[in-house]
Amino acid sequence: MSDMTPIGQPLLEVRNLSKNFGPVQALNDLTMMVRAGEVVALAGDNGAGKTTLIKAISGVYQPSSGEILLKGKPVSFASPQEARDQGIETIYQDLALADNLTIGANIFLGREPMRRAFGFLPVLDRAKMAEAAKSTMALLDFHVSRLDAPVSNFSGGQRQAVAIGRAVYWNAQILIMDEPTAALGVPEQRKVIQLIHQLKAQGRGVIFISHNLQDIFAVADRIVVLRRGVQAGERRIADTTHDEVVKLMVGG
Amino acid sequence: MTSPPAAPAGHVAPQADHADKARTLLQRIADLRAWLFLAFLILGFELWSRISFGGTFLFNPFNIQSIAVFAVAPLLLATGQTFVIISGGIDLSMGFIMGLAAVVAAHVINWATPGMGFGLAVLFGSVVAVLVAAIPGIVNGMLVALLKVPPFIGTLGMFGVARGVAFLLAGGTTVPVKNEVFSALGNGKISGVPYIIIVTAIFVLIMHYLLGQTKFGQHNYAIGANAQAARRAGINIKWHLLRLYILSGMCAGLAGVLYAARFSAGAAQAGEPLLLDSVAAVVIGGASLFGGSGTILGTVAGAFVIAVIQYGLVFINVAPFWQFISVGVVIIISVLIDQAQRRFSGGRQSE
Repeated sequence: MSDMTPIGQPLLEVRNLSKNFGPVQALNDLTMMVRAGEVVALAGDNGAGKTTLIKAISGVYQPSSGEILLKGKPVSFASPQEARDQGIETIYQDLALADNLTIGANIFLGREPMRRAFGFLPVLDRAKMAEAAKSTMALLDFHVSRLDAPVSNFSGGQRQAVAIGRAVYWNAQILIMDEPTAALGVPEQRKVIQLIHQLKAQGRGVIFISHNLQDIFAVADRIVVLRRGVQAGERRIADTTHDEVVKLMVGG
Repeated sequence: MTSPPAAPAGHVAPQADHADKARTLLQRIADLRAWLFLAFLILGFELWSRISFGGTFLFNPFNIQSIAVFAVAPLLLATGQTFVIISGGIDLSMGFIMGLAAVVAAHVINWATPGMGFGLAVLFGSVVAVLVAAIPGIVNGMLVALLKVPPFIGTLGMFGVARGVAFLLAGGTTVPVKNEVFSALGNGKISGVPYIIIVTAIFVLIMHYLLGQTKFGQHNYAIGANAQAARRAGINIKWHLLRLYILSGMCAGLAGVLYAARFSAGAAQAGEPLLLDSVAAVVIGGASLFGGSGTILGTVAGAFVIAVIQYGLVFINVAPFWQFISVGVVIIISVLIDQAQRRFSGGRQSE
C-alpha cells in the first residue's frame, strides 16, 4: 500500500458536478472533497441527489458537466469497472455477496487466482483465496477460523465486513457505502461503524450515505447535506448538531 | 443526543464466527445424502436378494455393469443439467436434443461410411452430432441470456422444436446404423468394462473439474446465488449463460451419440423419458432448484440412486410401476432434507 495518499491530503474532489436526466436536474453544480483518512457523510431526503452523486463518482452515470479529480488528476469513468480499477469501490446496501461462496471466493469473485495442478492443469488457487481472506479480515479486526464456510453462515455485520474486506483487499482508496447499516441490528451496526473507523485509520477515504444521524455523528468527520440536487450545506461534525443537520435537510 | 459520541474506546473483542461444529457435521451428512441413499438402497436390495433367493445383488459383476450402462444416458444429461440448475435455470430441451443428436449421428455415419471407412465415419458422425446439438444450445442461451426469456419457457419451446426436427430428420421412425465400429463402441468392452462407461466416466471427471476448479464453475455458483453480485463483480453474465446452455446442449449431444452407438440406431424419442430422470438425479444429488448449490459428484450419486432403484426392483421381481413411486419418494425426501438444511444453516432462500 505504498501508493496510499498521506492522511489529510485530498483524495477525491468533485467540482461543479451536474447531472440531468432530460429536463430533470438531479444534481446541480455540486462541489465536495474527500481527504485521505476522512469519512464524509452524505445526507439528504429521498430524491435529494445522494444516489446520483455516488453513481456519478463510481462510474455508473457520466456527469452532464463538471469534473471529478482523483489525487489531483481529472478522471472520467465509462463504467463501474473502470472506477474500481482506479481504487473507487462501492459497497451496496444489499451486500452484493454470493451467499454460497466462501469469504475468499467472494473477495476474488470475477478475478479468481489460478494455479497449475500437476504442473499443467489450471485450477482455482483456493489456498491463496483463504489466506487473503484471513489476512484481510484480520486487518478489519474480524478473525475467522472457518474459511471454508459459505458467507451465508455469517451474520449481517460479518457479511458487511466481507464486502468491505473485498474493497480493502483490492486496495480501494475511496469506499462509497450506501446505507451500510440499514439492514442490520444494533450490535451489528456498531460493528460496521467500527469497521469504518478502521478504514479511516488506514488512510482511506470513505463516503458514507445514511439516514441515521446517530451513525453519521458516530463516524463521520464532515457531513454534506443535499437538498433537491444542490448542496444545502457542509459542516464539520464537531461543529454541528442533529438539529442543524435536520434543518439543512428539510430546508428552512 | 446532541453531542457526537466518542469513537469506540479501546478494543472491542471481535465477534467470533459461528464455529458450531455440530451444525457443520449435520450439514456434511445432508450434503452426502445422495450417497447415503445409494448405500441404503444397495444394502436393502442385497438383503432382499439374499433372503428371498440366496443370491447376491451387489457382488454380481453383471448387475453392477448393467446398472452402470443403465445410468450412462441419464448421467450425461444430468451433468449438463447440474450446471444449468446451479446457475438458477433449467434445460427442458435436453431430452430431445439427445434424440436429435442420435438421429443426426445415425444419418451422418451411414452417409460417411462408404467414403471414409468405418472408424473415421464414426468419429466424423459423432463430432457432427455433438456440434448439431450445440445449435439448440446456442438458441437456448440467446433466449435466456440476451432476450431474458425465463429458462423454463425458453427451453420448453426448444423442447418442441428439437422434438419436431428430430422426428422430421428421422422420417418418423428409427434410423438404423450399419457400421461395425459404431456398434462396437456402444457394446464393446475393454477388460470387462464397456467403452461407453469409460467415455462417460472421463466426461464426468472433466465436468467435475470444470465445475469445481475453474472460473467458469465458480462464476456459475455465484450467478446462481446472486446474479446481481456476480454482475457487480465484473462477471459477464450473458456470455456465461450462452456458454452454459451450449454446454448442456453438447452434453445431450454426447448422450445421443452413445445411445445411437449402443442400439446401432438413432431414435428421436431416445431421451424423452430421461429428461425428468436427469432433473431428479440433480435434485437427489443435492442441488437446489433455486440455484447456487449442487455438485457433479452428488449428481453421479443421484443418477445411480435412480438406476439402482429401477434395476433393483426389476431384479427382485417387483411390478415395474413401483419404480416411479420409489423414485418419486426419494425426490421428495431429498428436497425436504435440502430445505431443512437451509433452515439450519441460516442460508436464505432465493429472493
